[in-house]
Amino acid sequence: MSENVEKYIKRKVSKDLSTKIAEKFVDVGLEKIRACINCGTCTGGCPSGRRTAYRTRSAIRKALTGDESVLKDIDIWLCSTCYYCYERCPRNIPVTDMIIKLRNIAVEEGYILDAHFGLATDIFLKTGHGVPADGEANKKWRDLRESYGLPPLPPTVHSHPEAVKECQELLKSVGFIELMDNAKKLKEERAKAEEKKDEEA
Amino acid sequence: MSEKDKLRYGFFLGCVAPNRYPFIESSIRAVFEHLDAELLELEGASCCPAPGVFRAFHIPSWLVIAARNITIAEELGVSPITGCNGCYGTLRDAWVELEHDHEMKKMVNTHLAKVGREYKGTKEPKHIVQALYLDMGLDFLRDKIKHKFSDLKVAAHYGCHIVKPSDKRPWKGEYENPRFLDEIIELTGAKSIDYKDKFLCCGAGGAVRTAVKEVSADFSREKLTNIRDAGADIIVDCCPFCHLQLDLGQMEANGIYKDMIGEPFKVPVIYITQLLGLSFGIDPNKLGLIKNHELSGVPPFISIDPFLNIVKEQFT
Repeated sequence: MSENVEKYIKRKVSKDLSTKIAEKFVDVGLEKIRACINCGTCTGGCPSGRRTAYRTRSAIRKALTGDESVLKDIDIWLCSTCYYCYERCPRNIPVTDMIIKLRNIAVEEGYILDAHFGLATDIFLKTGHGVPADGEANKKWRDLRESYGLPPLPPTVHSHPEAVKECQELLKSVGFIELMDNAKKLKEERAKAEEKKDEEA
Repeated sequence: MSEKDKLRYGFFLGCVAPNRYPFIESSIRAVFEHLDAELLELEGASCCPAPGVFRAFHIPSWLVIAARNITIAEELGVSPITGCNGCYGTLRDAWVELEHDHEMKKMVNTHLAKVGREYKGTKEPKHIVQALYLDMGLDFLRDKIKHKFSDLKVAAHYGCHIVKPSDKRPWKGEYENPRFLDEIIELTGAKSIDYKDKFLCCGAGGAVRTAVKEVSADFSREKLTNIRDAGADIIVDCCPFCHLQLDLGQMEANGIYKDMIGEPFKVPVIYITQLLGLSFGIDPNKLGLIKNHELSGVPPFISIDPFLNIVKEQFT
């Protein structure tokens, strides 16, 4: 990260806003967003933006200027990662990858939807699959497999409990479990603060 | 083909195919066996992990688990191969990124060493369509065709991650108008028809389906409207998650958007190896086309009987 880019990003940060995102963007090597001229090619080709309030160019602009609201809005989670913005950007910015990195920062700040949090911790972390077929609740899926001549469980983590443990060990080692615990804590703190605000009002 | 030259791959199953759409897994196994290409089991493989969710939560975790999955194939000395665009996106993007980012590769191997693994990056992750089209080739496949459709209009659905990001894919940078899937479909005598916004995303990926199902269903509504307007008999896809979205999501769109769409959609959704396998003369039972159970609430949610009737009429 060159000093110039850092200066540029910081200069653009609005007065009342935190520089946290801008700094984090610098940290994860997204200096390429500096090349964004806000032309809107990303938004123009965005299939999600056609039907939702998600505007890619506006998310990128907010990220560039350190506007934290981009982390709180559900909008960045409505990108289906179709990669048209990435392919078509005239400034060669890997736009989709930046939205993904923005989401990483959002999760770090505790902005994660309940459904995504549950998927990560209750399902993936416990089973090693994002969509599992084990357990009593999933019996019909095992029966379905058998009806098509397959063994009830695939030869994946589902047939290898030691492999599930191995994945859990890796996820602990790389900081995933800590990240999720922290996201939960921040989420709960924020909910409590909101509750308090409501009571006072 | 001699034993030495035999094509061998490590079959990376992912989640949706084995655990929700097992007939897709059956049809891939049947077609590869028929083509004398060996699919070795990747014992203990996990979720790829899904690029739209887990990569979006934490890129380093996504890379470490993806690399672990690739090492299982590396140990067998084969390329991991998948029938899922999402798994393909994860395995291939991770493979390309780790090739170019040596610091990341070091980080990944530091973690993997703790469980006795080492990621090398010597085996290119492939999609089954890539294996069919690039490793085997159209001429090889054409020789195996036994039955041809005389009149079948197919709406090809590629899905996003089989072609994009194009700098990490094997299609020579083509992403606006690829033809490889259409060419495979047309080997069967079917016509791959043009339809509005053919390359529109199904709407499931990128964590959207888990976030707001109505948004995913609206992608599907738009896609299905265009497919129906073009007069397609069936949709043919090459991704279990797209398949889920176009099948289960078709039913959801019929409910959520019933006031917008008029008649409910009822376009059968068929996976590429199911279609190709029929043309090769493989038993439809082995291709997962025949229902053999009394379970409820399982796919296909949109009946494929209209398609099976076409097969009966045209394959004489």
